Amino acid sequence: MKAFAAGLTFFARRLMQAALVMLAILIIAFAVRSALGDPLREIMGEAVSEAERDKLMHELGLDAPWPVQLARYLGGAVQGDLGTSFIYKRPTLAIVLAKFPASFELVLGASLIVLLFSVPAGIYCAVRPRALGARLVLGLSVLGISIPVFLTGIFLITIFSVWLGWLPAFGRGETVRLGLWETGLLTKDGLEHLILPALTLSSIMLPLFIRLVRGAMLDELGHDYVRTARAKGASPPRVWLNHALRNALLPLAAVGGLQIGTLIAYTLLTETVFQWPGMGFLFLEAVTRADIPLITTYLVFVGLLFVITNTLVDIVSLMLDPRISLEGTR
Amino acid sequence: MSGDAIRMRGSALIAFAAESPGAAVAAIVLAVITLAALLAPLIATQDPFDLASFDVLDATLPPVWLDGSDPRFLLGTDAQGRDLLSTILYGTRISLTVGVLAVLIQAAIGVPLGLIAGYAGGRLDTIVSRAADIQLSLSTLMMAIIALALFRAGLGGESLSRYAVPLLVIVIGLAEWPYFARTARAATQVEAAKDYVRAGRALGATSFALMARHILPNISSPLIVVATTQVAGAIMAEAALSFLGLGMPVTKPSLGTLIRSGYDLMFAGAWWVTVIPGLVLVAVLISVNVLGDALRDGLDPRGTTR
Repeated sequence: MKAFAAGLTFFARRLMQAALVMLAILIIAFAVRSALGDPLREIMGEAVSEAERDKLMHELGLDAPWPVQLARYLGGAVQGDLGTSFIYKRPTLAIVLAKFPASFELVLGASLIVLLFSVPAGIYCAVRPRALGARLVLGLSVLGISIPVFLTGIFLITIFSVWLGWLPAFGRGETVRLGLWETGLLTKDGLEHLILPALTLSSIMLPLFIRLVRGAMLDELGHDYVRTARAKGASPPRVWLNHALRNALLPLAAVGGLQIGTLIAYTLLTETVFQWPGMGFLFLEAVTRADIPLITTYLVFVGLLFVITNTLVDIVSLMLDPRISLEGTR
Repeated sequence: MSGDAIRMRGSALIAFAAESPGAAVAAIVLAVITLAALLAPLIATQDPFDLASFDVLDATLPPVWLDGSDPRFLLGTDAQGRDLLSTILYGTRISLTVGVLAVLIQAAIGVPLGLIAGYAGGRLDTIVSRAADIQLSLSTLMMAIIALALFRAGLGGESLSRYAVPLLVIVIGLAEWPYFARTARAATQVEAAKDYVRAGRALGATSFALMARHILPNISSPLIVVATTQVAGAIMAEAALSFLGLGMPVTKPSLGTLIRSGYDLMFAGAWWVTVIPGLVLVAVLISVNVLGDALRDGLDPRGTTR
């Protein structure tokens, strides 16, 4: 009962922290908008006389002191209104959200590849550190880390699209609408379009995760309980998978979850190479055309993803790890 | 004393080359590329930053081993008729310069902070360590993208082009100091407990003198390892930013810019404008990383956690 109450307190405190970070992000976004943006351009375009501007400024309350405007921005944010895009003349949040499925499916595809390969490869490198295969995997992972993600994409396109003509190089292909979610996972064309971008994105995360799995496994394999399990007669694969891997997953989830920012950056690069119509592609278009409201909304949304992942990682680690004591006072 | 140290390090280097031939090859590749980049004005057949020295009529000529090439351009030309070899030499120069300068900034911030945190401990240590954690959790590449994107959106592509080199150096330099701080802190904690530091303190040496003259030289090995991996990271970050159009302009291209501008030509058949600078970039990055790994094994037998 006491542990439960402590769990609730932790939960509430963690959510509180997350809310505070979001508030900070929104205030920064507001500051960027005020410093760089011109709200009147959102409404009436560029060619307006000085007098008209002043009149409109006053009517819209844009000459109000900044605390009032900040309060208005935050109030809008709570209701999902983060401003209107210069380019599209539509609410920015709706535009960013419409691009979210594309980025999400790309990350999903890449994560599947990473998960499928990094866990076996990492375990193998940890249990057979001197084997030729392990050295080969680690050598290849240096190679993978050394090739920038956009070059991997370009090389893959050169081979599979330009030379062999097997796979498409640009865009998402045919998509299907499921309610609000536009998915490319249900058509053959959509899946074919996903292969190269997902491979590209996974190429940069894979070496990192192989090393993480290997490191975490090596840590666990050195512990006494592994020796005990072996002494009791458990087979080596059983010790690796049921004992060591289970304990290795925790630090792995924690470190892996913290890579979300890096993942977003690499997604942005991948989307640029493949002209993948996701959020990163949208962001760069907004940057080129100086669409400040769209830029800040993207940043707020990315900040939100970041905060959600970090909070989840914390809560999940807490639930999975019996050793983390909630009652700090005990 | 210092002569001995140098000789020892020299013989260690030879032993290390014999032990890991891969690292020796990497060192040679890196040395050749660096030398070629440094001597670019002497080797290059034209100045790619000087609009008058090339002609758009020479645009997208292939390298000499392909049909339709021009012997004046060993590796062919890009979309503006620039000699690709010359442009790559100058581009490598920019990439390496930005990478090394950015790492110098990282070290200039991180090493003193790590030294002080490790030496003083207590609250100072907590503050520095927390700041490092927060900074690292924010993904440095994403931070750099955001900073340069806001600069570009706010002040326009023109000003971004003009101040690209200092901006890239500062943005990449400010982002990754925690790696130096962490390493310096951990190593300082080990050194600070040793007798020579206590003896120095007993003899009346100031904390500053102890840190700068006694501890710093003794923690230089792990710092050199970090510096190597960081240079690779910084060069890659610069290339990524330039590829996104947030770094070096087309008129003064780095390797990343060249790859980007060539990418637009790839489907027209002019693959060399992208692929050749790409290979040079990969060669630099692999060499630096292989060298870093070998240095880590050679200088730090216990292995670091990174």
